[in-house]
Amino acid sequence: MISVQTADFDIATLYQQITARENNPLGYGAIITFVGKVRDFNLEQEVSALSLEHYPGMTEKTLANISQQAMERWPIATPIIIHRVGELAPGDQIVYIGVASAHRKAAFEACEFIIDFLKTKAPFWKKESNADGDNWLNERESDHQAADKWSQDTSE
Amino acid sequence: MLSIVFFAQTREIIGQGELTLPFESAFSDLEMLRAHLANTNDKWDLALTRDKLLVAVNQEMSPWDTEIKDGDEVAFFPPVTGG
Repeated sequence: MISVQTADFDIATLYQQITARENNPLGYGAIITFVGKVRDFNLEQEVSALSLEHYPGMTEKTLANISQQAMERWPIATPIIIHRVGELAPGDQIVYIGVASAHRKAAFEACEFIIDFLKTKAPFWKKESNADGDNWLNERESDHQAADKWSQDTSE
Repeated sequence: MLSIVFFAQTREIIGQGELTLPFESAFSDLEMLRAHLANTNDKWDLALTRDKLLVAVNQEMSPWDTEIKDGDEVAFFPPVTGG
């Protein structure tokens, strides 16, 4: 399930959805969830607000493609991926990824794969407001290294 | 017609989010289209000649030598920073 939305999300409700039989027909018992929140400090500056822009259409397609790749690579139920857009405040939830599998290793790896690919491939852009004004965030090399390691890793 | 869209910092520098352009063989690939648009004025040049600029054709990230055709949607944007 993919959703790009302005509304907040409720982790308890999403947990019920991941474990529900219609999403998880095999009753997979290893559940991994990741939540990303707006930091109140970035590069030692206090952040007062965050604005998230996206490319409607391409964003959903990219997330569906990442979800599909994860399902081809690991034995997991259909992941839940939620990403918020619009105006957010420090502490707000931004992104949710929920993965169910029979065993923890596949669930951990698939969840990490999804967030690593989302951060480097999905067309979202963050703009931070702080005391100096508004700044578009720069991409981080460490995010690209994290995503690249999945194409080098053939050990499984 | 080509549908051209800009996002984030690229959109802000250019000062508009979208435009349509009659397709011409003079810009039949992405690099040629970028050069044509950058020629508009200094701001467009600044926005579209950045090293790290990304481009998507019909909502798929594409290399700069990709050929384009009439009816395509082409998007220019900076590196993505979601998550």
